[in-house]
Amino acid sequence: MYTSFADLLEEQKEKNLPLWKLIQLEDCREEALTEEASWQRMADMYEAMKESDRAYDSALRSESGLVGGEAAKIRKQREKGALLSGDFFGHVMERALRVAENNACMKRIVAAPTAGSCGVLPAVLISLEEKYLAEGGDPADLSKRMVEALYVAGGIGGIIAERASLAGAECGCQAEIGSASSMAAGAAVTLAGGSPDKAVHAAALAMKSLLGLVCDPVAGLVEVPCVKRNVIGAVNALTAADMALSGIRSKIPADQVMDAMRSVGRAMNEDLRETGLGGLAATETGKAVRKKMSRR
Amino acid sequence: MNIFDIVGPVMVGPSSSHTAGAVRIGRVSRRLYHATIEKAEILLHGSFASSGRGHGTDKALVAGLLGLSVDDARIPDAMTIAKEQGLSVSFGTIDLGEDAHPNSVCLRLSGEAGPMEIIASSIGGGRIMINAIDGLSANFSGDSPTLIVHNLDQPGHVAEVTSMLQHKAINIATMQLYRNGRGGHAVMVIECDQEVPEESLSWLSHLEGVEKVTYYSPAEERD
Repeated sequence: MYTSFADLLEEQKEKNLPLWKLIQLEDCREEALTEEASWQRMADMYEAMKESDRAYDSALRSESGLVGGEAAKIRKQREKGALLSGDFFGHVMERALRVAENNACMKRIVAAPTAGSCGVLPAVLISLEEKYLAEGGDPADLSKRMVEALYVAGGIGGIIAERASLAGAECGCQAEIGSASSMAAGAAVTLAGGSPDKAVHAAALAMKSLLGLVCDPVAGLVEVPCVKRNVIGAVNALTAADMALSGIRSKIPADQVMDAMRSVGRAMNEDLRETGLGGLAATETGKAVRKKMSRR
Repeated sequence: MNIFDIVGPVMVGPSSSHTAGAVRIGRVSRRLYHATIEKAEILLHGSFASSGRGHGTDKALVAGLLGLSVDDARIPDAMTIAKEQGLSVSFGTIDLGEDAHPNSVCLRLSGEAGPMEIIASSIGGGRIMINAIDGLSANFSGDSPTLIVHNLDQPGHVAEVTSMLQHKAINIATMQLYRNGRGGHAVMVIECDQEVPEESLSWLSHLEGVEKVTYYSPAEERD
């Protein structure tokens, strides 16, 4: 696992290999895995992400009854052509909700990096694949590039895990939705053919915009606000990717952004780190939900 | 941590600690029991008790006891499957004390192999810790082949076990020793880098002074 973006970029220049390959080789070395076996596992992960999107059932409700059926509402609005944010973002929003709702309803998902943030990467990656296919992209070439993009996402997540955390209980939601967004931003830049340097700037830009996000799940459940935060994670990843692809750079280097995420996480009161005691969980409505759940 | 801990695992939601970790606790417990479990009394502690229901922790633990894996789509139906397979399940809460991890559970299992009590916790990201078996500390993760030997507290048992491992070219990753008192009952918990063969386990269990040999193989987990 790489521990800094600076090292990763330096090694990339030295060896002149694509980012995804460096990340794959490093993991294969540590885990004593062949490149072929590693590639197959990553391809399976992407397939499982697609399945977690396809398996959506708008009739399902979560155990608390708070989550379910919302992705279908976005679809309806998109099909009417009424979405303010347009068709492509409509797909992204819908997909983020579909996968995250599935998670809350005990269906199968890919935790990437966590179960609570499982909608972000599928929303960004599957929607981009769909878009490129519609524009006449070669399906075989694309499916290869999707797996490569996932490696880049994993490498970014690995650096965040090393420098900060991927757990809401440690650093708040910025460590979950923020990290997922950062991973997806770098993956999206890679998919669009952007340079390694731009992918890293996208990762930094995405995290910066979600810095400080607290983990305040109502009744301690991965439902409210987790499900809908997957939408902002996905959308934020795409805007960060577009900024980076346009040549906008993060004035604070990516490594320092992740270090800042860690400091912010450490400064957060425990009530705001997955305990279900602060923020939205501590509102009048949040407390009423907890009371209702504990009576069941 | 490897890249598939970050992009992955594939699991049934909603929570890696409250759902996937709970399934793993059930699975490891099932393998530690080594016989058909007929009855399971499941006592939830801390956050497992307070927000377990909404996360399906109850279903996930039962699913694990039935041998389902973390990505098995039948996890939500675990209670029905338990009934079909003749596993009787009951739930309660327990206070395991301030030092216990908030996501902990005490499983009281019974069946062909008699009673067994396992205390385990889900420590984040789907990783778990088996804290105690039958009242004796264990503290292993279930990530590696794990050998647990209960013996009388007398000289030579550690040497017997470690020379057997050496003979089989098995490397020790971690090793812990506990005893309830001088000359009483002792337990050693050894996490290994390689699997321990069946015949070595059987040889160990016949040694003078060795009371019980329990072995956990994670091979099934990696499938």
